[in-house]
Amino acid sequence: MIDIAYLKERAKFLRVETLKIHKAAPEVRVASSLSPVELFTSLFYGKLLHYNPVDPRDENRDRFVISKGHGSICMYPLLADLGFFDKAELNNVCKSGSFLGGIPDPIIPGYETVNGSLGHGLGVACGMALALKTKKSAKKTVVLTGDGELNEGANWEAIMCAAQHKLDNLTLIVDYNKVSMLDFSKNIIDLNSLTEKFNAFHWDVYEIEDGHDVEQVYNTLHRVLSAHKQKPKVVIAHTIKGKGVPFLETHPLSHILSVKSEDIDGLIEEINNAD
Amino acid sequence: MQIKAMRDVFLTALHQKMATDERLFFVSADFGAPILDKIRADFPDRFINVGIAEQNLINVSVGLALEGFTVYAYAIAPFITMRCYEQIRVNIAILSQLRPMNINLIGVGAGVSYSLSGPTHHCLEDLSIMRTLPNIEVFSPSDYLLTEAYVERSIACKKPKYLRFDAMPMQAICEKIENFNQGFRVLQHGSKAAIIATGYMSQKAQKVAADFDVMVIDLYFLNAYDLDKLHACLKAIETVITLEEGFKGVGGLDSEINSKLKNKQVINLGFEQKYTFEVGSREFVHESNGLGEQDLIALLKIVS
Repeated sequence: MIDIAYLKERAKFLRVETLKIHKAAPEVRVASSLSPVELFTSLFYGKLLHYNPVDPRDENRDRFVISKGHGSICMYPLLADLGFFDKAELNNVCKSGSFLGGIPDPIIPGYETVNGSLGHGLGVACGMALALKTKKSAKKTVVLTGDGELNEGANWEAIMCAAQHKLDNLTLIVDYNKVSMLDFSKNIIDLNSLTEKFNAFHWDVYEIEDGHDVEQVYNTLHRVLSAHKQKPKVVIAHTIKGKGVPFLETHPLSHILSVKSEDIDGLIEEINNAD
Repeated sequence: MQIKAMRDVFLTALHQKMATDERLFFVSADFGAPILDKIRADFPDRFINVGIAEQNLINVSVGLALEGFTVYAYAIAPFITMRCYEQIRVNIAILSQLRPMNINLIGVGAGVSYSLSGPTHHCLEDLSIMRTLPNIEVFSPSDYLLTEAYVERSIACKKPKYLRFDAMPMQAICEKIENFNQGFRVLQHGSKAAIIATGYMSQKAQKVAADFDVMVIDLYFLNAYDLDKLHACLKAIETVITLEEGFKGVGGLDSEINSKLKNKQVINLGFEQKYTFEVGSREFVHESNGLGEQDLIALLKIVS
């Protein structure tokens, strides 16, 4: 039985560490890295994914493709904490010679694919899922995308392909934070209703109403990842871009905004003191 | 001499390999060939048609290759290179530098081999844009025997590759293939000048140069040939003509040769920077672009 209090504490830890990284390296995208915190927490600390920090490309790992590369800086403290690389590396984010850049690349242990350009992860994950089926492997493939990157047409080629080939070992998690780069997504390309879209494309669709309620996130992902209905699965997680930083949570330009360095210590204190 | 299409010969040999090598996987973007019907019938678990979706063709192929399969991705040449160029750049050129993958992109319809289909199907940009990507080998064969010989290399050389196949059946230039991995071959010896050509243009060069004291070199590994041996071949030659079915002066065969043979006079022949809408035979399209047989003969008279 998983300890939900432990997951909550780890989510808090990731949020705080992400803000610390942002303070030292303001170049990293902070708002989009705060919305998927509970998703990563459940997958890794909740052990919903099988991973191996000592041998990150272990054949027996589950494949986890982080398609929304920019918005996954919270993976840096997570991977370091789990032993994928030395924690001291976190002090070097965006510094010359560091492998921890403003956008994560697969030079980082724990990353599978190149994610700096959006809309590439799902198609590659389809190939991985197909390969695992062909190899008769029971390992699963999980992909995380943002909602903005679903504007990219290549995703929909992959969405049709996954359904056609009944890739029920493939799970797509959408970090549905509803903000793209220049505005709320509904003012750019309104994805509503994403649920109906995936249903129409013959996917097995699940929703997480509050993507920051770690119990809800964990329980849903736990149920979904073990389901097999001869269809690819999608979990639409309703999240808040910039979660934990009040002015970012409602701002249409949160993607490109930085938090003032002098405000970060206060925010960290608030996060640490919250329930 | 037999007349054969490159894709038929390659796929026939590959079909045989697939029977014994379970690591070979074929992905098509709804593009076929008679022998492909056999591949999908005989190996349904290792054949997938992703539909008319080249971006996904590349991405799915990459996923398969990362999992250890030797992958063949198959489509019409301009589409498999240009419709999905960013997928090739990000998921093949960039990613393969960090993670090994054996992926073979097979493009059918080199140059103007689909001469009647117009500018969308004329493939005159691929040599330059594929050559500019790091980590991808470019194979531009001039006949079906070279193509057949490449099957072994496609499996053994575990890196991304682009295979540029002609669409039209043609005869073989030489019965025997020697020093295949050298990446080029001398089709005719000569002393006054040398033509370095690739693909169909090597066949054409051999034909037009037959009565001249001109060397003809067929370069088929565009970025993986033995440069020292090429220098040695050309030691006594002062004038070199490059000849390609590709836009001239923008990064194709000519750019490769110009940058490597700096002490020689190099004349570049290729397509002008415009599209050709007036359809016709391949020779008609060549003539429209100053590359007709008579144009080439006139030049050879001057240089020899």
